[in-house]
Amino acid sequence: MIELRSITHAYGERPVLHDLSLRLTERRIAILGGNGSGKSTLARLLNGLILPTAGTVAVDGLDTRSDGRAVRQRVGFVFQNPDTQIVYPTVEEDLAFGLKARKLPKDEIARRVAGALERYGLDRYRHQPAHQMSGGEKQLLAIAGVLVLEPAYVIFDEPTTLLDLRNRRKVIELLRGLPQTVIVVTHDLDMVRDFDRALVLEDGRVVADGPPAETVPAYIERLG
Amino acid sequence: MLGLYLHRESPVHRLPAGAKLGGLLLVTVAVLALPGAWGALTAGLIGAAVLVAARLPAGRVLAELRAPVVMLTLLFGFQALLAGGGWEETAVAVARFAALILLATLVTLTTRVMDMVDLFERLFGLLRPVGVNPAKMALMLALTIRFIPLLGEQVREVRMAQRARGVERNIAALFVPLLVKILTMADDLTAALEARGYDPADAGTKNSTQR
Repeated sequence: MIELRSITHAYGERPVLHDLSLRLTERRIAILGGNGSGKSTLARLLNGLILPTAGTVAVDGLDTRSDGRAVRQRVGFVFQNPDTQIVYPTVEEDLAFGLKARKLPKDEIARRVAGALERYGLDRYRHQPAHQMSGGEKQLLAIAGVLVLEPAYVIFDEPTTLLDLRNRRKVIELLRGLPQTVIVVTHDLDMVRDFDRALVLEDGRVVADGPPAETVPAYIERLG
Repeated sequence: MLGLYLHRESPVHRLPAGAKLGGLLLVTVAVLALPGAWGALTAGLIGAAVLVAARLPAGRVLAELRAPVVMLTLLFGFQALLAGGGWEETAVAVARFAALILLATLVTLTTRVMDMVDLFERLFGLLRPVGVNPAKMALMLALTIRFIPLLGEQVREVRMAQRARGVERNIAALFVPLLVKILTMADDLTAALEARGYDPADAGTKNSTQR
C-alpha cells in the first residue's frame, strides 16, 4: 500500500500540491487532471523521485525520505518520453542497465534480460541501436527496462501521449496484463475506464476520487 | 566516424574488449614506428583481414572512412604546400591515419558499448587513489555514446522549427532552444537514472558478483 499523509509540495514559491492525504490500495489507479494540476508531481512523490515539502509518503511502510532506495526498488517509474529513459545505445544493453545498478549476478542479469526480450517482443531488436527504433518501440523498451527490475508497483507518467493508435493499443494491453499494482497519470480517458479507481486533480487538490465510471464523467464536466 | 556496434556472429565480436583495444594500441605503435608506406600497408592488411573475419559489410565500414580521409588529405595537403613536402609524404601520412581509423572503427563496430564501458570502468579504477570514481566515469562514457545521435536529432528538430518560421541561419535562434532542450533532457535523465536504480552515492563501489 502507498500512503500519503498531509502532503504539501511547492517548487520554490509556487505551490503544486495542497495537504493531500491518500491511501492507494487498489490494483489499477488512474490520476487525471489538466496541465499543471500537479498529477506528475504526485506521481514522482510516490517513488521518492521528489520529496514532499511537508508530510510523508510511505510505500509498504517505507518512508520515501529515509528509505528512498528501498522504495525505488519497489516502485518502478516509466516516463512520458522514452528517449530520456534509455541509457545504453542498444536494446539488450539498456535492459541490463538497471539490473547492473542493482548489482545482480551476471547470470541472473542474462536470464532476466533474455526473459524480457521475449516477453515484450523485443528479441528481434536485441542488438539494434535504440535511436533507430520507432516511438512505440522505444516506449516498449523503456517499459521493459523498468519491468525487468520486477517492481511491486509501476507508475506510468502519460505512457501513451507520444504514441500512435497501434502502439497506444499495444501499451494499454501490456498494462492490462501486468500483475503489479499500476498507477497511471494520463489524459487518455478510454484507457482508464476499467480501472479500479481514478483520482481527479485540480490546482493541486483531489476534486474527485472513486471508480472511473463516476469520476471520469465528473472530470469531463469540470473541463466544461 | 567510429560507428556504433553492429552485431554479427564472428570470432572478432567474441574477442574481449580489452584484447581488441590492446591490439589496436600495439598496431598503432607499430604503424607509427615502421618507415614509409610499410606501416600503412601492414595496418591496411590487418584491417582487411579483420573486416572479413568480422563479417561486416565492407561498403558501410569504408563509408565511415570517407569524411576523415577528406579531412586528412586537406590537412596534410596544406602542410605539404606550406612546409614544402612532396605528395608521396602526404599520401603516406593520409594512408597511415586512414588505416588506423579503419582499425579503430572495426573495434567499435565489433564491441558492445557495455563491454567497452566495463573495460574502462576497470581501467579508471587505477585512478581511484587520485579521487576518480570509475563507475561514474564509465556511465558518463555510455551516456555520451547514447546521447550523440539524440542530440543530432534535437539539432535537426530545432533547425527545422526555425526554418518553418522563416529563420534560415541564426546561431542564437538555434542555440537558445537547443540549450533549453538539453537542460530539460539532462533533468529528465537524472530522474530516470534514479528511477532505474542508479545510486550516485553507491557508484564508486565495485560489485564482486558481476563477473
